[in-house]
Order: sequence, then C-alpha cells, then structure tokens
Amino acid sequence: MINNIELIFPEIFISLSIMFLLILGVFKKNSSKIIHNISLLVLLITAVITFNETIGTSRTIIFNESIVIDYLSSFMKIITLISAFVVLLISSNYLKNFKIFKIEYPILILSSVLGMMIMISSNDLIVFYMGLELQSLALYVLATFNRDQLKSSEAGLKYFVLSALSSGLLLYGCSLIYGFTGSTNFNVIATQFNTNEYALTFGIVFILVGLAFKISAVPFHMWAPDVYEGSPTSVTLFFTMVPKIAALTVFIRFLYVPFLNLIDQWQMILVFLSIASMLFGAIAAIGQKNLKRLIAYSSISHVGYALAGLATGSNDGIQSSVIYMTIYVIMNLGFFSCLLMMKRNNVYYEQIDDLSGLSKNHPLLSISLLIILFSLAGIPPLAGFFAKFYIFKSVIEQSMYFLAIVGLLSTVVAAFYYLRIIKIMYFDEEKDSYDKDHSLWLKLSLTVSTVLILMYFVFPSELIDAVSKINII
Amino acid sequence: MNFPILSSLILLPSIGALFLFFTRSKSENKITVKYVALFTSLVNFFLSIYLWFLFDQTTSAFQFVEERVWIEGLINYKVGVDGISILFIVLTTFITPLCIISVNNSVTKRLNEFLIAILVMETFMIGVFCSLDLVVFYLFFEAGLIPMFLIIGIWGGARRVYSAFKFFLFTLLGSVLMLVAIISIYWITGTTDVVQLYELGIDAKYQNLLWLAFFSSFAVKTPMWPVHTWLPDAHVEAPTAGSVLLAAILLKMAGYGFIRFSLGLFPSASEVFTPLIYALSVIAIIFTSLIALMQEDMKKLIAYSSVAHMGFVTLGIFTIQQQGIEGSIIQMISHGLVSAALFLCVGVVYDRMHSRLINTYGGIVTIIPKYAVLFMVFTLAALGLPGTSGFVGEFLILMAAFKDNFLVAVLASLGVIIGAAYMLWLYKRVIFGKLINSELKKMIDLNKSEAFTLTCLAIPTLYFGFFPEPLINTIEVSISDLINTYNYSVASK
Repeated sequence: MINNIELIFPEIFISLSIMFLLILGVFKKNSSKIIHNISLLVLLITAVITFNETIGTSRTIIFNESIVIDYLSSFMKIITLISAFVVLLISSNYLKNFKIFKIEYPILILSSVLGMMIMISSNDLIVFYMGLELQSLALYVLATFNRDQLKSSEAGLKYFVLSALSSGLLLYGCSLIYGFTGSTNFNVIATQFNTNEYALTFGIVFILVGLAFKISAVPFHMWAPDVYEGSPTSVTLFFTMVPKIAALTVFIRFLYVPFLNLIDQWQMILVFLSIASMLFGAIAAIGQKNLKRLIAYSSISHVGYALAGLATGSNDGIQSSVIYMTIYVIMNLGFFSCLLMMKRNNVYYEQIDDLSGLSKNHPLLSISLLIILFSLAGIPPLAGFFAKFYIFKSVIEQSMYFLAIVGLLSTVVAAFYYLRIIKIMYFDEEKDSYDKDHSLWLKLSLTVSTVLILMYFVFPSELIDAVSKINII
Repeated sequence: MNFPILSSLILLPSIGALFLFFTRSKSENKITVKYVALFTSLVNFFLSIYLWFLFDQTTSAFQFVEERVWIEGLINYKVGVDGISILFIVLTTFITPLCIISVNNSVTKRLNEFLIAILVMETFMIGVFCSLDLVVFYLFFEAGLIPMFLIIGIWGGARRVYSAFKFFLFTLLGSVLMLVAIISIYWITGTTDVVQLYELGIDAKYQNLLWLAFFSSFAVKTPMWPVHTWLPDAHVEAPTAGSVLLAAILLKMAGYGFIRFSLGLFPSASEVFTPLIYALSVIAIIFTSLIALMQEDMKKLIAYSSVAHMGFVTLGIFTIQQQGIEGSIIQMISHGLVSAALFLCVGVVYDRMHSRLINTYGGIVTIIPKYAVLFMVFTLAALGLPGTSGFVGEFLILMAAFKDNFLVAVLASLGVIIGAAYMLWLYKRVIFGKLINSELKKMIDLNKSEAFTLTCLAIPTLYFGFFPEPLINTIEVSISDLINTYNYSVASK
C-alpha cells in the first residue's frame, strides 16, 4: 500500500506547500509578495520533481489501482505546472493594478493545479471526480477574484452554477457506469462491461457531456465567453489553458482505457463535438469586439481541433492532440502577454479597436502579436500550422476525410478574424501609445513564446520525440 | 555536392531581412537600408545565374539535390532543380532586385518593413520552386501569403483592406484542400518525396480526387476563370512593387505546380480532366480579354490581361506535348518580364499624376518620349509581336493546341486578336491622341533608376524573342522526359 509513494511526491509536496502558505498568510501581515514568490518556487520545484521522479517510470498503477503514473501523466503535469508558473509570473503587475494582489491568489492557483494533477493521474471515477471538484472550486473563486467589479462576480456565479450542473451530469454518468459494471475503476470497468448494455452508453454520454463542459466544447460552451470576459485577464489566461490540459487528459484516459472497445459509440460524439466546436468557434468569433471574448471563441475552436485528434481512436491521434495542446498553450501565453501589455495610465484595454495602429507606436509588440496571430490561424511556417498538420495527418490516416475537410475549411473562416486583428494593428490609424514599463517577466514570456512559435520549424522533431513516448493503447 | 547552393539561395534573402530587422531603430537613413536589400538580392541573383551556368542541360534528373531529415520519419527537407524549375528561380532572383530599385517613389512610409517583406517573400518564392517534398512545397507555397497580405494591406491603395483579405482568403481556401491531398498521398504511398513519388506512381483510383484537390489550389493561384476575381483587386490596390511580384512570380507558382505535380504525379487524372482545363482556359482567354477591353483603370486592364495570358499557359500545359509545355514555360517567363514591366510603367505615370485612369492621360508622347518608347516595347511584347518573347510562347502553345484540338486552338487564337486590340488601344489612349489634360505638361521623363529597371526588363524580352534557344535548351530534356513518363503511365493504364 505504501509502496511507490515516491511517485506521488509532487502531489504531496504541493499539498503541504498549500497548507504551509495558508498558515503563513494567516500569521504574517502583508505577506502577499512573499507568498507569491514562494508559490512560484513551489510550482517550479514540483515540476522538477515530476520531471526527475516520474518521467522515466513505465506505466505504474498504485493505491488499489486508483492512480496511474505514466509518461502521459508526467508530461501533462509538467505542462500544467509550467503554464501555471508562467501565469503566476506575469500576472503580478496586473493584480497590483486592480489592488487584488492578495495571498489567496497564488494559493488558489496552487490548489487548482493540485486538483488538475490528481485528475491527470486518475484511474478511477471517484479519484477523477475528487480532482475535478478541487480544481473547479478553486476556479470559481478565481473567476470572481476581482470582486469589486460586477462583471467578475457575474462570471464567477455563472461559472459556478453551470459547472455545478455539469458536475451533476457527470456524477450521474459515473453512477450509471458503476451500476452496470460494479466498479469505478477504469481497469476493472474495462474487463467487466457488457457491450450490449445501452445504459452504459448513457453513462459514457453523461460523462462526456460533463467533460465537454470543462473544456468548453460546443454545444456546452455557453459559459466560456462570459466567464472569460468577466474574469481578471490573468485568470482568463489560466482558464484558457490549464484546466483544458487536465480535462483533455481525462478525456484520453476515460475513452481509451475502459471504453476503447466501444469506439463506435463515442467516436460519433467526439466527431460531432469537434466539428461543432471548430465551426462554431470560427464563425462566432467574427462578430466579437472584445479581445477576451474573441479568444474565448478562438479557444473553443482550438479545442475542436484537439478533439479531432482524439476522435481518431489511434495512438497517433492522441499524440497529435497532446502536441496541439502544447503548441496552443505557447501561442496563448504569447497572446495574453500582449493583452497584459495594453495598459495606459493604469487602465487595461481589451477591445479589438484598442489595437488600432499598434504597429506604429509598438513595432516589436505588434510584430510578435502578428506572428502569434498567424500561428493561431495555422499559417505555415509557424508552429500553429504544424499543430494542425499533425492533427490532420492522424485524422486522414483513419480516412475521416469529412472531419479533415470541415476542419481545414473552418481554419479559413477562422483566418478571417485573426486577419481582422492584424488589419486593425497594421492598416488602421494609430491611437495613443501604451505604457512601456512592463515587467521583465512579461517581456520575457512574450519574447520566448514568439521565438518558439517562429522557430519551431527549425526543430520540429524535439516535440514529436517527447510526445512519441505516450502510449495508451 | 559540397556547397548547398539552393539552400543558400533560399536563406540569403531572409538573412538580409533579419539584418534589416535589427537595424530598424536607426532606419532614418533610407538609402542605407535600400542598399542592404539591393545588395542581398543582387548577390542572390548572381548566385542563381551561377546555378544556371553550372546546370547540366543534358539530363532530366534533379540536380543540386540536398536532403536532410527534418521531422524524423515523416518529412525530409529536400530541394533540387531540374529544367522546369531553374528558369523560375532565375526569374525570381532577377525580378526581386528590380522591385527593390523601383520602391523609390511608391513606398513613402515604413520603407524598412517593406523591404523586409519583399526579401522574405523572395525566400518563400524560391523555396516553392526548389522544394522536392510536397510538405515543404506546401509550406513555402502558403507562407508566401503572409508577406503578400502585408504588402497589399499596409502599402496598398484605397481599397487595400478588402483586396488583401480577398487575396488571402481565396488563396487559403484553395490551398487547404491541397493539404488534405498531400496528407492523403502520404498515407497512400508512405512518402511525400516528389522524386520517389515519380518512381512509385499513385494508384489510378485515387488520382482523380487528388488531382481535383491540387487543382483547387492552383486554379485559384493561376488564377483561372471563375476564381480569378481576387487578382484584379489585389493588383490594383497593391503598391507597384507588390503588383510586380504578384504578376511576375506568384502567378507562376501555379503554372509550375501544374507541370510538376498535376502532370507529374497524376497522369491519368490529367488526361481525364484535360477537357475541363481546355474549357476554362478558353473562357479565360476570351472572356477576360473582353473584360480587359472595357477597363478604364490601367492596372486593372493589365491584371485582366494576366488572367488571359495565364489561360494560354494552362492551355499549353495540358496539351501535354513538347511544344505546348515548352511554350507555356516560355510564356510564363515572358509574362513575368512583360507584366512586371507594364506594372512598372503604370507605376511611373502613377507616381507623377496619381491617377491610374486611362482617360487622365493622352498625348504624352511628346512630353515623355523615352517612356513612350519603352512602354511600346512592352505593349508589343504583351500582344505577342514576333521578335518579342511573348510571341515565342504563344506561338508554341497555339501550335501544340492545333495538333490536339482544332476548335480550342481557333478560339484561343481569337483571344490573341482581342489581346492585340486591348493593348494597342490602351497604348493609343495613353500615349497618343490630343493633349487635353494640361497638367500632363508638368510630367518629367524617366529618371535614371526607372529607365534602368525598364531597360533591364526590355533586354531579355527582346533577346529571348529573337533567340529563345537558351531557354528551350534548358527545359527541353526535362520536358521530353516528363512527357515520356506521362505517355507511359497513361498507356499502361
């Protein structure tokens, strides 16, 4: 029972740190800065521990087969930790500006990361649900973090109500599956179920609905634009990437471990979710005026592409989805770094029109944003193209031509709204310039993500090599 | 092969662009940045001439091949040239420095960025013509959209935003289907290496769909009727240098693609779809020539004439005869020179009068005689007068067409006549006639750099009109080999 405990060191370390930081926050006055810094350190150390302890381990299932540690889990955990680290790193100025630079912020991020790590490693419906709720509860609070603003509170409430509903559906699905297989453990379910049981399919559908809600796939996306717009920008950045990584991992585990044999049942659902998200995200983004809403729709359509990879039912597909998410995270970090730089006299601007003529006053900022946007649109030779290329490669391998063609056509639609931003930046008349005294970390994160996107084509094999060890089937 | 000459050709302009990017802060000195760009592109030009000099005309195999593993087990970076592609590379490196010289007046703001865009564009264009891997080809083919979008959008005319979007979205829409086809080829045959694909061949049952997917991309880029509508808009709004690049080189990517990929990879599908291409080409030739006749805007007129000329090119390619394809390539080279020159000519008068409308002008032959002479050379070359390069291409194409299909050839010849009509009428209205607009008297004749660029273009136009041998010798073996392979695979089906 206590064997292999070193494999969950990262989780143990992060939970102890959370408790320590809470106590520190209670007893030490004005400790927000120090807690912020310690949290950064904790995230970094956890990533290092994960990298050192577990990445080399072959698939190990511990604690009554309820936790699984394999390459996929380690890889996803590291991405989660690093992106949470960057979010925390670049959000301090933004938070200070709104006077919400409080001890709770880093601690909440740490707890949600802990929840996600549990989700990523879960091999059991109960463990998975526990992780999901831990991360969700932290996220509700984060959404309302700027509580003096009406929009932020509204966002949190909306997220809470809808998310609770979807959790309910998810739990109902879990209970159905438990009822018809007699277990909540993925491995046991895999051996127990009877393919003729339609109720089991119902269970899968309910769980998929719950998960689709968490990654905001169409038609369960309604909450995303409002919540993304209302939440503080740094929290929006967190929302657009980190929970999706965890939820996508659960998607992979849940569909490919117990229910691979039922692929005929769930493949259609995934194809539908994927096509609907890609198209809807692309079309709905056209009319947006607010950059955060726009990026919400854009993230919906990006999730569609990641799901397209999962819909293939092949190892290649899983790998391409993971690559897609990784590149998406980098592009998103770059985009939000730009967004966090649009500040003038302590006011943050987030309308698309506020970018007008940016290229004249801020040539470097706008060239970075240009590269990021073309990459989001999937134009070669930038990283975004390769992400889509791998997805469609695995989709076409399974002869799912319809999915591939719809997906590629929706990139054309999506290109329109990315081009619109570029048009406003480069072709329109300039406005007042924005502040230039950004924190070093913000500049660094923008530079690094831009360079990674731009130069990805030089070393495309590195990421593929890293991902190619993921082996689920 | 020791020195990676093709990779150098591809990379050099980008290195120049990078250099310009980092000198950005001190860019007040406009002359310096221009010389840096010019120097880079000239070095590239001489390198490509050297390449042509080294090129072995007696073989159809790919030469100067470089191959490197790029994505393990998936894509190899592979470049090489044969008789079909080398001329396009030389054309690209020849036109780019002329573009850079011509930016004097037309680009007033952000010169530095403009030159960067042009140099990056050159990288992509050369990449398209060198690449011997479908994915690498696609990469370069698509990447060219980014700088061109910016060139039209930032430095363009009044309706630049509309035109830039139209250009980008049309081309992207055409290309995505090609990406599906490329990935399908990978799964069908296990490789995207063009040389291997030539040897392996693709199963005939897949060819029709794949051909159509490639066609959708090339047809938009050529552009063929009815998807040509982006071209007049893009040409009219683009700054002069942008129009030149667009007309001289970007359009040739599609013609090149038809020869290299549609004919080379899908012979039996090409046979099936030849009537389609014939029909569209003839419509393009006659219909767009008639449209060109009615244009009031000089740039638009030349843009429509480009569509008509490209109609000849596609017609020639799909006659699938030695003369036809040779004619098409020469027609593309000639059109590259002539349309570039015509756009520069329009740019010259536009810079002085800020109007592209034909009825602004008239009777300027006495005011700017040098211009009138050079403009005449290119007008005559555009309508295919014997002794200019335009004639050689059109003549070969029509000859091949007559052998294959009499009706098509007659209709296409009709297009030649309309072509003569609109070009001569344009020339008459702009240069001759009464001098009504008194403002025109203030016009100054060609300055040194304008005269230089136009003369540079006039010399090869006339030279290849009289002595097309250097061109034909270069392409001959590659084309006859291509046709043999084609006939073999069609017959063996």
